[in-house]
Amino acid sequence: MSRLAIGLCLLVIALFAASLLIGPAGTAPGESLSALIAGDGGPLTLVMREIRLPRAILALMIGASLGLAGAAMQGYLRNPLAEPGLIGVSGSAALGAVLSLQTGLAAAFALALPLSALLGALIGMGLVMALAGPRGGSLTLILAGIAVSALAAALTSLVLNLSPNPFAASEIVFWMMGSLADRSLTHVMLALPLMALGGVLLALVGRGLDALTLGEDAAGAMGIDLRRLRLTIVTGTACVVGAGTAVAGAIGFVGLVVPHVLRPLVGARPSRLLWASALGGAAMLLAADIAVRVILPARDLKLGVVTALVGAPLFLHLILKLRTARI
Amino acid sequence: MLASHRASDPRRGSGRRGAAARLAPAALAALAALAPAARADPPGRVVSMNLCTDQLAMLIADEGQLHSVSHVALDPRASAMADEAARHTINHGRAEEVYLMQPDLVVTSTLSARHSTAMLRRLGIPVITLAPANSLKDVHDRILEMGAALGQTDRARAIAAAFDEDLARLRATAAARPSAVLYYANGYTLGDQTLAGQILLAAGFSNAASAAGYKSGTRMPLEVLAMTVPDTVITSSRYPGASRAEDIMDHPVVQTLRRTTTAATIADHDWLCGTPHVLRAIEKLVHTRRALQGDGP
Repeated sequence: MSRLAIGLCLLVIALFAASLLIGPAGTAPGESLSALIAGDGGPLTLVMREIRLPRAILALMIGASLGLAGAAMQGYLRNPLAEPGLIGVSGSAALGAVLSLQTGLAAAFALALPLSALLGALIGMGLVMALAGPRGGSLTLILAGIAVSALAAALTSLVLNLSPNPFAASEIVFWMMGSLADRSLTHVMLALPLMALGGVLLALVGRGLDALTLGEDAAGAMGIDLRRLRLTIVTGTACVVGAGTAVAGAIGFVGLVVPHVLRPLVGARPSRLLWASALGGAAMLLAADIAVRVILPARDLKLGVVTALVGAPLFLHLILKLRTARI
Repeated sequence: MLASHRASDPRRGSGRRGAAARLAPAALAALAALAPAARADPPGRVVSMNLCTDQLAMLIADEGQLHSVSHVALDPRASAMADEAARHTINHGRAEEVYLMQPDLVVTSTLSARHSTAMLRRLGIPVITLAPANSLKDVHDRILEMGAALGQTDRARAIAAAFDEDLARLRATAAARPSAVLYYANGYTLGDQTLAGQILLAAGFSNAASAAGYKSGTRMPLEVLAMTVPDTVITSSRYPGASRAEDIMDHPVVQTLRRTTTAATIADHDWLCGTPHVLRAIEKLVHTRRALQGDGP
């Protein structure tokens, strides 16, 4: 366990540092870091503290929470296709966020934006769980997810098209694909409370998920309250996905790819997969956010483009594997 | 400064047009007698399909000559002549509705929907397109082009001459030019080779975005903006409803660079189109610059 943990931690630290050092301003690494830490009040300090630091922190937080949410949902549903983006939780969170922005609720009090996204995520997640049922197979889960995603995406587009703001309609892409460009520490502070709450909730479900691998009856016999486990996972996932989507849009596939890659490395134990996926998710989103800056520095390429390019082939591979397993 | 108001005030403009209309029959008769082959009759029913041609046409057309303007001209945020526009029939730039208005002439921008103008031409309606203005010289030229299109050459010449005169009066001869960046939603900036860039220069600023290599209109990353350290950042005014694109104006970097209390905003209605209204934008910016340089308005 410890070797994997150390390796993942080193990877996250290296990517976090790279994220701080790469950007269109193109400054020397040593100079940048001293401006970040010492802070001489010059323009480079402004760039490091107000632009790159928030961006790197958000990539770390959101990536970790998406990885964690993916691992928890897959453990609970015992289905490798369960992922917040694919089953429409991120899309519903985006709808909640867009509604609160366009109605002016987000301007009324600080936490209105993440709370609305949380509400959207809860409704989306509740719908999918109700449609697919607790024992729903892969097919029903994915179908329910497609229905909820499509509905949320259509309503988000509708709200943005109805907005009196001429820029709103072009932001449909942002809400569907996600981006960390031009975020500030304000956004970190907006996302932090809910994300921390959700993270703690999800970190507590490891024992329950381990027990659940033996089946629901065995888990019940081991003293696991399945209804409470379900409630914790739904709330935790909605918290982290809602908070992340509110500030960065819906970023897909992180929660699918990361647990899938790490599962063999942790001996397929859900409790160990939780923390490993959190670290792995942070690494993946940091890397994706570096990639969008390196490939098209001036264009704000969306994060979802990169994560989908990595994730979609893997998704196909998973479907093929599930099909052969059934036969 | 009074002269510029006179040139750009729509009510005054229509007053002058009233006077011109009273004089027009005699003058036209005289012209027609002198040069019968010079031109056909001016088009009697003109439709404009673009915000900028809307405003030029409203300034130059004869009473009753301009039948319809685009719906954008009604929006006071984008249009400097919203009140005037409300007195015309409104179109939405669609070929079908414009055709049904049976115009003698359609004027629009070279940037407007090509399939609509192509369709109108196929249906046999003459369409004249005007290129967008990228400089203050272009403003002068567009006024004359619109005058030629509407058959109001003399009036257009007078408006263009008044524009040149007012511009010469306003154009700053400041020794020290403070640097500024024009910063729009989505982090867009405009360099020297644009109308907004020329407005900035005419008001006595230097364009820090151009100095950093952003000559025309492109996205300028926030980091690059922070590193160029302009004396002030002039941001675009906000539209109702929320957008992430406009959130960039609230970013701590932009707020830090706008530390001056006289930080100006771009009022779209005076900046968007190459009409004499750009003089108002220049005049406001001159005040901003003077306040910035500390010698009062």
